[in-house]
Order: sequence, then structure tokens, then C-alpha cells
Amino acid sequence: MSTATTLERPQAVETPQRRRKPAPVRTHAPLTPWLLMAPALLAAIVFVLFPFLNTIVLSFTDARPLLGGSFNGLQNYRDLLADPMFWIALRNCLIYVVGAVPPLVILPLLLAMLVRKAVPGIGAIRTAIYTPVIASVVVTGLIWTWLLDSRGLVNSMAGWLGIISSPIPFLTDEYLLLISSMIVTVWQGIAYYMVVYLAVLANVPQSLHEAAMMDGAGPVRRFLTVTLPAMRSTMLLIGIIASLAAFRIFSEIFVLSGGTGGPGGRSSSLVMLIRESGTGLSGRLGYSSAVSIVLFLLTLILMIVNLRMTYRKES
Amino acid sequence: MALTHPHTSRKGSRHTVALSDGESATRPELVLRYLLLLVVIVISIGPFLWQLATSLKGIGEDLYSMPPSFWPEEFSLAAYSQVTEVIPVWSYIGNSVIVALCNVTLSVVGCAMAGYAMARLQFRGKVIAIGLFAATLLIPQESSMIALTQLVNAMGLGNTLVAVFLPTMMSAISVLLMWNAFLALPKEVDEAAIVDGASVWQRFLRLGLPSVKGTLAVVALLAFMGSWNDFLWPLLILSDPDKYTLTVGLNYLQGTFADNPRVVAAGTIIAVAPLVALFLALQRIFFRGVAEGGVKE
Repeated sequence: MSTATTLERPQAVETPQRRRKPAPVRTHAPLTPWLLMAPALLAAIVFVLFPFLNTIVLSFTDARPLLGGSFNGLQNYRDLLADPMFWIALRNCLIYVVGAVPPLVILPLLLAMLVRKAVPGIGAIRTAIYTPVIASVVVTGLIWTWLLDSRGLVNSMAGWLGIISSPIPFLTDEYLLLISSMIVTVWQGIAYYMVVYLAVLANVPQSLHEAAMMDGAGPVRRFLTVTLPAMRSTMLLIGIIASLAAFRIFSEIFVLSGGTGGPGGRSSSLVMLIRESGTGLSGRLGYSSAVSIVLFLLTLILMIVNLRMTYRKES
Repeated sequence: MALTHPHTSRKGSRHTVALSDGESATRPELVLRYLLLLVVIVISIGPFLWQLATSLKGIGEDLYSMPPSFWPEEFSLAAYSQVTEVIPVWSYIGNSVIVALCNVTLSVVGCAMAGYAMARLQFRGKVIAIGLFAATLLIPQESSMIALTQLVNAMGLGNTLVAVFLPTMMSAISVLLMWNAFLALPKEVDEAAIVDGASVWQRFLRLGLPSVKGTLAVVALLAFMGSWNDFLWPLLILSDPDKYTLTVGLNYLQGTFADNPRVVAAGTIIAVAPLVALFLALQRIFFRGVAEGGVKE
């Protein structure tokens, strides 16, 4: 992106040299660029920007499917603030951010350090570790549903070893369901972010490590003084990406709870609430749109905070 | 740790093992590494293997035995034939393939064309176009999906496969990736072609595209994975069980056969096996691509 700005800049600044130049050769018909842009631009406008603007409008109406609905001001937002389900969904998303993001930032880095050295067989090992990433969340969700079932492998192993006397209700308790979902998210995300770290680790000059070794720094010391500082911006980036994903969590909780969102829906996320309230013939489109706008604002705030942190670091 | 130092390691060669990347490691260090790697591998693929074992256990076998048995005592493919009887697995896979292929094609073509125009052509309104793409980056797909559902239904596309792949074809990230790739090409190539009288389309097809094959592959892969694994959007838009994609179909299978773990396990194995095979075939290229500079300054 930075290259783009430097390329654009000379045309914006009117310098004497520029004025003396002859008019540029016509390299294309005036419409050609727009023909090239058309498919992606139309898709962006029709399927992303227009529905989003429509979501804003809908959030101020009492629209229902097949019925027009009329403007009702801030009623949806007032309903939302008074709705315990909204607060539960918001709380669950925050729990998800706090619980799933730190492991997703730290564990992949440690794993990348582990698989980094080209020990014999490392190719096959990396491939095996990467397997969870390529499966869809529905598949991994179903696999873990069976593992964490009240009679599943985890409970029966623990019961057989005598660690527990009655099965742990991983999939039926309000909070344990969230924790189970986070386990799936983290389990599946570790290898994904590991690859990002591997790519960045490859760019850390080996000479830094050797210099630190000359100074007698052990592996832990070298990790803290050489690797970690070089990884800081990547860790921040992964933290932001993982947080954005955590706010938008849906599939893991949906699949593990069998589509219910836990006991009384008390493990639901914001996206589950949007789907729940906005679909079906009796869907409350206005209310659902108001929740959508809240979700948008949350992710927007997160991105602004990220930008400010990046900016402050650079200046 | 001194033994791992390049200068001392040659002297202590009996205790160190040379590695293919020119580094070396002491034997205890290697043993520890392999032990840790073994733990990670068990955690990573263990759940898949347990699912596979469950799907292969015979009808007479107790799935809930104590201690759990990791090896099917009477190998049986009954669960696999049963799952194809209760849900149309093959047509779900077919639907997923159609959706993924259309999505990949539209995404690669659309994003490459837009990226080329943004990077190689000067035209009025370009800043606005770039701004529109950037704006879509700020909007989570989930926060406009209810309005999108209404739009798609109003277009008469409700409950069709077209509705699954068409709205998700455009990815701002992919457009930016293509833009970046085309920007990196030297200007002189274009200038020479312009002097030779090549049109924009000729330059795009003959000069531009062949130079950005790597990025095209990344865009295609992103589109494929995104489309194949997408769950929420097809779940919202497809109501007819015959039209389900694989992810929605599996969820439906779990909903109706939750009491039969063998059948659900067989379904998930059928769903994941093609991807694992594809990945095994491509993993060499994939990890080389990552190592060679997916992220370079």
C-alpha cells in the first residue's frame, strides 16, 4: 500500500517539470479501466456496501420480512439495551476475546520456534500439525462435539482414570460450552498463525542470534531479547485479527451447542443473536440490524485502536 | 548450549547432529524437540484419528467402552454406506464443488481485472474506486448479512447455489493483493508494449497475468478455502435440504443423527478426506511459498 502512495504523489504535486512535459500518450480508451473494474466494483457495491447502508436504515425501522415497516427512531436500540439476551451475547463475545486471543498470539509463536529447525522429517511433521486448519469449522466442531460429549473420549478417559466421578458437562453448561468452543478455535487457529510466524521468523537475521550467542545468551535469553522484539508487530497484528474473529464468532458455538446457543441460548454470540432475531417469517429485521450495527461499531473501534497503536509506534 | 555453536560443533561432532539448513543440534536437544513435536502431533491429528476409528467401528462394538478402545475390533464400512443413505452426501459434495469453482473463477477474474486497472492504468475516479474497496474492508460480513438475505431474496435468488457464491466472490483483500502484485511489475514493460501498439487487454492477458501467477494462486486458494468451509451464509440462504452445501449438510446430519456417532463420524471423514488429500499433494509447494516470502518487507 505504501508503494501506491509514493507512485501517486508526483501527479498530485504540480511541479514546473511536469507542466513542460507533453501530454501523456493515450494508452487506453476512456471506458476500458471501468470495464476492468466493473465485476469487482459492482460486487462490492451491490453485495457489501448497499446491504450495509440498508442495515443502517433498517435499524431505525420496525421492518418485518415481506412487510415494508416504518421508521421508529431509536426504538430498536432502546429495545436492545433493555434485552438481557443482547447483554449476554455481548458478554460472551468479550469472554471469547479475553479467553481465546492470548493463547492464539502466544502458542503459535512457541510452536513456530519448535518446528522451525530443519530436523529430519520436519516436512511431514509440519503437514500433520497443519491438518486442523484445512478442515471446515463444522467438521472440527463435530469432531470435538464427539470428543467432549458426556460419554465422549475426554469424559470416559477421565472417568476411567478416576479423575472425575461424574461427566464434565462440556456441551451443556453455559460457560463450559464457551470454553469448549474456545478450545476448538484455538486448536484450529494455532497452526494457521504458526505459518505467519514462520514466515516472519525467516526474516530475522541469523547474525543477531549468533551475536547474542557470542555474548553468552542462553536460548531463553535469546528468545526474549532477539526473537520477541522482532516479533512484536506480528504479535500485535495477530492479536487484532484474532480479536476481530472472536467478536464475529459463530460456527464453533453453533455446532457445539447443536444450534441452540447453549442452555436457554445463554452461550450465544452477537452473530448468533443477529441470525436468531433476523431470520424466519417473524424475523425482527430492525432489531437484528441494530445488533449488526453494534457488531460493526465494536470491530471498527478495535481497528481504530489498532491503527493508533501502530501509528504511535512508528512516530 | 555451547556445543550448538558453529565453531565448537565440529570438534564435538560425536554429540551433535548436522541439520539440512546448516545448523546443528545436540542429541538431548533433538530428543526433547521430537518429544515435544510428538505431543503436538497427537493433539493436532489425534481428534481426526479418533473420529476415523469411531466411523470404522462395527455395529456390535461398544462405543462407550471403559477404557476407550482406540482400534476398531471389527472393521466395518457400514457407517459409510448408512450415511450415504440418510443424507445425499455426494450431491452435497457436488454442490460444494460447484459453489467453490464458481467462487474461485469469479474471484480470480474479477480481482485480477480490478487490480490490474488500479495498478497499471491512470483514470479519473480511481481514488473513489479504491476508497470503495477499502470501505468494504471495514464491514464485517456478518453485520450486513440480514440485509443481504433480503436483497438476494428480492433478486429471486433465494435458496439457489448462485446466491451462495455470487455475493461472496468479491474480497477486498484479494483485490488489494492483485493491486500490489501488478504494481511490482516494472513500468518499462508496459511502455514497450504500448509503443508496439498492444491494447490494454493484450497487455493484461499476455504481460500482466503471466507475471503474477503466484498471487493468482494465493487468491484462488483463499477463495477456495473460504468458499468450501463457509457455513453461516449458506445456512442463512439455503432452506431446501437438496441444495445444501457440505457444511450445512453435515450440520443437518448432526441434527438428525446425533444419537449415532458412527454415522456422523463417517460423514465428517467423507467431508475432510478430499481436502487432506489435496493438501498432501500441494503441501510442498505451499510451505515453500510461505518460506520464500509470503511476508517480506
